[in-house]
Amino acid sequence: MEKIKSLADLKKKREDLQSAISIREQSENIQVKVAMATCGIASGAKHVMEVIMNECNKRNIPATVTQTGCMGYCYAEPTVEVTKPGQKPVVFGYITPLKAEELVAKYFAGNEMLDTVIPVNYEKVEL
Amino acid sequence: MENNYKQIRIALRNCGFINPENIEDYIARNGYAALASVLETNNPQATIEAIKKSGLRGRGGGGFPTGVKWEIASKNHADQKYVFCNADEGDPGAFMDRSILEGDPHSVLEAMAINGFCIGANKGLIYIRAEYPLAIERLLIAIKQAEEVGALGQNIFGTGFNFDIELRYGAGAFVCGEETALIHSMEGDRGEPTFKPPFPAQEGYLKKPTNVNNVETFANIPVIILKGWEWFAAIGTEKSKGTKVFALAGKINNVGLIEVPMGITLREVIYEIGNGIKDDKNFKAVQTGGPSGGCLTEKFLDTPIDYDNLIAAGSMMGSGGMIVMDEDDCMVSVAKFYLDFTVEESCGKCAPCRIGNKRLYELLDKITEGKGNMEDLDQLKNLSKVIKDTALCGLGQTSPNPVLSTIENFWEEYVAHVNEKKCPAGQCKALKSYIIDPDLCIGCTACARACPVGAIKGEKKMPHEINQNTCIKCGACMEKCKFNAISIK
Repeated sequence: MEKIKSLADLKKKREDLQSAISIREQSENIQVKVAMATCGIASGAKHVMEVIMNECNKRNIPATVTQTGCMGYCYAEPTVEVTKPGQKPVVFGYITPLKAEELVAKYFAGNEMLDTVIPVNYEKVEL
Repeated sequence: MENNYKQIRIALRNCGFINPENIEDYIARNGYAALASVLETNNPQATIEAIKKSGLRGRGGGGFPTGVKWEIASKNHADQKYVFCNADEGDPGAFMDRSILEGDPHSVLEAMAINGFCIGANKGLIYIRAEYPLAIERLLIAIKQAEEVGALGQNIFGTGFNFDIELRYGAGAFVCGEETALIHSMEGDRGEPTFKPPFPAQEGYLKKPTNVNNVETFANIPVIILKGWEWFAAIGTEKSKGTKVFALAGKINNVGLIEVPMGITLREVIYEIGNGIKDDKNFKAVQTGGPSGGCLTEKFLDTPIDYDNLIAAGSMMGSGGMIVMDEDDCMVSVAKFYLDFTVEESCGKCAPCRIGNKRLYELLDKITEGKGNMEDLDQLKNLSKVIKDTALCGLGQTSPNPVLSTIENFWEEYVAHVNEKKCPAGQCKALKSYIIDPDLCIGCTACARACPVGAIKGEKKMPHEINQNTCIKCGACMEKCKFNAISIK
């Protein structure tokens, strides 16, 4: 990223990034976030991320897979958040590598839910 | 709040949403906008005033008003001042700061720069445990990216303000979370605390004014700037504003990281957010404040959680570790566990902490071994008070809290240990014995074969017997017995 030279520059940069994100969100790609703090990685999140990417490749499912920090659900690690185009994000818990295959096959490819959905239980502050 | 959610994520606003290794994600979510606004307003006093009015208090455990701290540091004139971030998270079972640094490192960097601008410092240092390799890695990436885009370093966003941040690694000494010890450790001296005053804000790192805040405290700052102090002060209780991040651990179903408004009750935290006690057992106590805190029992389940209520209840807010205990936990052993930790972590500088805590530990050990008497209990109470009154720093002054709080709340359990030589929770090895019921034992020899020390004798198809003198109370026999013939007495 280029150097931000002024406060106005920062504002412009932020707007550019925000519109880039909304374009990304409107695309046909499924947005996937894997919780990869120490806790997630310890319970296998790196492997889970690989499995999700491989399975999507195999099935030709367009997906953007990124890492993120701790979502707070230690009891249900590894956790993965999936946002399908035009839908609300859904957080899945207990996504072992085996479960990750099932997640791609059922929810990514079809629209079938797994039984390990973690409901939203907090209000998030938007700045 | 329009929803009925029990949690509000302020400090954790970006954790689990952005890629912590990509500054663009942070900027897109209004990252560095608070710093920009503070630089644009160019009125450090007004910013400090806003932090003061927000009611934000130190999240590391002390609960000192953050704005007041900043004000003192700003008013002390010096050629060089420092901003310190205390990331030496050491309480057993606590991982709030680690999660913030791993999930949203830029929020802490941004707040440190804001702090630097307000007090007139251009140098920031983060004291972080070397045991947090991933947090360190992500912080280093974040600092590098922030420097590249001009959010840190020389002439930030073209405003002429300079601010650098470096990391310093701690070797995991608990006492180094105490701000004076932390500063000495960073100066290359032994990590030992010194008397306050002078406070670090007057005379800190290299004798220069130094503002030390905890990770979570910093993570709140950008939100207060952007949403306004009025918004922040509307959340929480009269004297404790905003939210608190807790690490829920122990015998609870939903172990995890939560952020709740001040004033929520323990019952809501344990039964609604934490989904109750594991295996449907009975709630016994929750330990807050780590080795400096105490236990809260059932009678405090409906007490609103804030700094002052927890102290009134005999515990403290601490940095946010919350360890839930059920009916199977022995409170004398819990107190012993924390004293063991304190003895290990005492820096040894002052006698009350170095010697007193060791004696406390020995008394507790004696009681759990079934060798205690009622005098020992008096001794525990007296010694605890002396240590609290005479120890040099926060570590020693609070280390007897787990003892006092368990004595206060679970007196009968202590008495059972010394008078009846019994551990009601069945935890203390020396006080329990495994017994074979001769009516239920069919003499299958499974237990005798499982016993690692050969303490079980008996003829085949005849009831067996455990030799209590050789038994090491490992419980292997009980696990193997298919006829429920073995029980703990």
